Formats: sequence, structure tokens, C-alpha cells
Amino acid sequence: MSNRVALLTIVSREVLRFMRIWLQTLLPPVVVTALYFIIFGNLIGPRIGRMDGFDYSQFIMPGLVMMAVITNSYSNVVSSFYSAKFHRSIEEMLISPMPGYLILLGYTLGGVLRGLVVGVLVMAVALLFTELRVEHVWITVIIVVLTATLFSIGGFINALFAKSFDDISIVPTFVLAPLTYLGGVFYSIDMLSPFWRQISLANPILYMVNGFRYGILGVSDIGIGIAIGLIVVMVLLAFGVALALLERGVGIRS
Amino acid sequence: MTDRALSIEGLRKTYSNGFQALDGIDLDVERGDFVALLGPNGAGKSTTIGIICSLITKSAGSVKVFGMDIERQRSRVRRCIGLVPQEFNFNIFEPVEEIVLNQAGYYGIPRREARRRTAAALQRMGLWEKRRGSARELSGGMKRRLMIARALVHEPQLLILDEPTAGVDLEIRRSMWEFLRETNRSGVTIILTTHYLEEAESLCDKVAIIDHGKIVEHGMVSDLIGKLDMETFVLNTSAPLRRAPVLGDYPVRLLDSRTLEVEISRRHSINMLFERLSVQGIQVLSMRNKANRLEELFLRLVDRGGR
Repeated sequence: MSNRVALLTIVSREVLRFMRIWLQTLLPPVVVTALYFIIFGNLIGPRIGRMDGFDYSQFIMPGLVMMAVITNSYSNVVSSFYSAKFHRSIEEMLISPMPGYLILLGYTLGGVLRGLVVGVLVMAVALLFTELRVEHVWITVIIVVLTATLFSIGGFINALFAKSFDDISIVPTFVLAPLTYLGGVFYSIDMLSPFWRQISLANPILYMVNGFRYGILGVSDIGIGIAIGLIVVMVLLAFGVALALLERGVGIRS
Repeated sequence: MTDRALSIEGLRKTYSNGFQALDGIDLDVERGDFVALLGPNGAGKSTTIGIICSLITKSAGSVKVFGMDIERQRSRVRRCIGLVPQEFNFNIFEPVEEIVLNQAGYYGIPRREARRRTAAALQRMGLWEKRRGSARELSGGMKRRLMIARALVHEPQLLILDEPTAGVDLEIRRSMWEFLRETNRSGVTIILTTHYLEEAESLCDKVAIIDHGKIVEHGMVSDLIGKLDMETFVLNTSAPLRRAPVLGDYPVRLLDSRTLEVEISRRHSINMLFERLSVQGIQVLSMRNKANRLEELFLRLVDRGGR
């Protein structure tokens, strides 16, 4: 009972936080996605032609949604948890009877919810530019929730180690952005040479983008079972690492 | 639960940079006590509090709160403790009411009950009118009171305040003293650190003085003050003096033409001092302690060198 109350407190506080500052949290991904559709979908897309049997704007739509979900779930947790460290309001939770896993779960759910809200908004924008028909609803939902969970936990780990605001922008800028752009958002890896195709297979985001594309369009460069299995393993690993770091007090207890 | 609110044995803390903050602290606090933890800056007060409240990891020793070990029974221990830290540690952008309400939530208090307790705590601290505004709009004194309201919302049995009146004006400080006395009378054990020794002497029945990570004195305030073998008084004379008078066993210094500073040991009476002054034709208009008695003891006990 009391753990449920504590968990709901963190989650509702996180949701209130990103809703209160919607101009910084919800609007930018909508604007950016609209620009992607205008430029890549409507202007350049017709010259590229069809990809995997779909219009280019239809092909890139799942990747763009996934890109927004990944970025927003990650940045929600990394900025919120690091701010709590910075303001020292993290101490409010550390002195409370809440177990560590509950703190981690609360922040993760907050990040997942932001990722899902942004994902829905971006999909709504996509409908203005292209037709949308979801082929496999449950696979779509599973992939998007698992991906948002993974990157929320990733944001939490980043925030634990961060010592300055610079430290929370390094991973999104220099790791997440390149991996996402090279993760098959804008192209099929079948277009690549065998060497670069093999390199691309080492990129975990490729599996998430393709899994989500399979859920929506029914096509993928990767087997759906492999994609889901890999993401589940990564979620479990990341949760274990984050919890161990939290229990050891890394970055939060001296 | 035992009658001992806090029991610390052999507590040591060495930070990762090699600095040894605590060097074997032993301290017992009985249920219902009002204890002042005193010491110069860097003596180890905040580290001790941080360890009791699970914000700092101890290197060695044991800490028990109401007989429960802070590591083995951490969830139960944390329910018993309320902390008012030295630094503001809330999100200044959050509304005042939400800060207290969320704290109640972290302790698992259901929303309806949390709202009732939050309203009571904010009213008690005079912050009810400010509840909808963000915390950054509060004055320094109000922010301190917000932290007290937040620390009390889960009704702790042990309240720890780390310099709660620092930077607070006299009027608010007095009202906070009254509030703390009332809280202590209701059965809550209070541990307080402060730099205002007058505050410690006025509020607390026991005092522990910590220096270089060790407890150098611990006991009833009245017993400790009784250990003072020398007190310094400042006397104002009716007529100006050209030099300090010679008063035999009473070391004296002329601070300015109408002010004398005299040290009086417990072996000598104040009456005798006045007799000697009178013989030399010196009339005293007023007299006061140079320092608060606890302050005098404190200064004699702690090593101020190198700080």
C-alpha cells in the first residue's frame, strides 16, 4: 500500500513536471517531426521514390516516431533526476523509507509516459502528411514501451554519473543522435554494402526502429523475434545495472 | 522500541579524498531529549547527521535509532526520522504545497491524509497563504519553515535540525524556538546543531560538543556550564579611567576609558571584586557576561587552531 502511494507520487510528480513545461518538452518534437515530413517526406521524398514498397514519407514515419520516443524518454529522466541532484531535492527521496527499486521504477515510468505522449503527438502530426495503417498493434505497443523503458533507464544511469549539466547532454548529442540517424530511420540497411550492413547490425537502435516499422508497416530488415528479444535483454540488463548503482549510492551518496 | 532514541558507537567516516571527518564518535540520546550538537565548522556535525539520515555512508561503527540499525532496518528507521538540513534542498520551481505533499507521498501516506497533514503543517509554519506559489518566491526564513513543515509531515519521533535558524531574523528565530519547545514537549526527540550558543543554552537540556571528528564533551547543559572555572565580565564605570586598576586575583583589562574586562574564577566571589573596585573609588554602572556561558565553555574545549 505505502509503496504504491510512493510510486504514484513519483510518477505523478514526473508527469506534472513535463506537462507544466510543455513548451520545452512536448512541443519541440512535434515541430521537428513536422519539418522532417515537410523536407524529407514531401520535398525530397518523391525524388527518392518507394522504399520497401512504401512511399518514402510512409517509410520514414515509424523511424521518426521512434526517434522522438527515444530522445524524449531519455532526456526526461536524465534532466529530471540530474536536476533533483543539482537542487539536492533528491535527498527528499533518499531519506524516505522508499526502496531504491521504487525510485528507479518511478523515474522510468515518468520517462516512458513522456515518450509515449510524444510518440502519440508525433504520430498525429504524421497523419497530416501520410496515411497510417497499423499492421500489428500489439507488436507496435510492445516495441515502443520497451524502447521507452530502455532509454528511460539509460537516462537514469547517465544522471547518476553526471556531475554537471554538460554531462547530461554528452550522451544524447554524441551517442544517441548518431546511433539513431544510423539506425535505419531514413533508409533500409539493404541499401548498404555488406560491410556497412554488418556494422549497422551492431547498432541496437536499428532493432527498435525496425521492430516498430514491422508493427506499423509490416516490413523489417530484422526478424521481429530477435528485435523484441534483444530489447528485453537490454532492458533487464540496464535495470539491473541502474539498481546496483543506485543501491551503492553512486553519484548520490558520499 | 527502546528508551534510547539514538545510539552511536565508534562511528568513523573517511571520504574518498582521504579526509577523515569522524574519528570514532560515541553518542547516546534518550527518548524525549532536546540535544544540541555543537562544534566548529568542519568538526563533523553535518557528516554525523548525514549518516544518521542515510545521506552519507559510514566507514565504520554502528548507528541505532530507537534500537533499530540504520542499515539492517533502514525502512523502519527512516520512518522515525525527520530532517531539516542546513542547505535548502527542495526544487525551488515546485509549488510550496506540492513539496510537502510529495514528501508525505514518499513516506507512503495516502493522498487524502497527506493533504490534511500538509495543510496542518503549512498553517502551523505560517505558510498557508503561500501554498500555491513556487518555493523560490519565499524569503529565507520562509524557506527554512517550509523545510520544517516538510520534515514534520510524516510525524517523526526523532527530529534533526542542522542549523535551522541560520540567517533567520530575531523575531522568526524566537517563534521557531517556541515551536521547537512545543514539539519537544509533545514527545519528539530533537537534535539540533547551531552556531548560536545562546540558542543551544536556551533550548536544549543536553549538549554534545564535537571537534576534529570526536565528541569532546557530552552531558546536561547545566552540568557542563558548572565545569566552567572562569568567567569573563564586562563592567561599565561611571567615570573615565586612565589605566586599568590593579585588582589582585582578578585579571583586568581596560577596553576603553569607561569599560573594563575582568576574569573571575569560581574560587573568588564577585562581592570581593566590587569591594576592591570601591576601595579605588571606581563606581560600576552596569555589568554583563562577555560571552554566553556555553560559548565560553565551547571556546575552551574546541581547538580553534588551523581552522
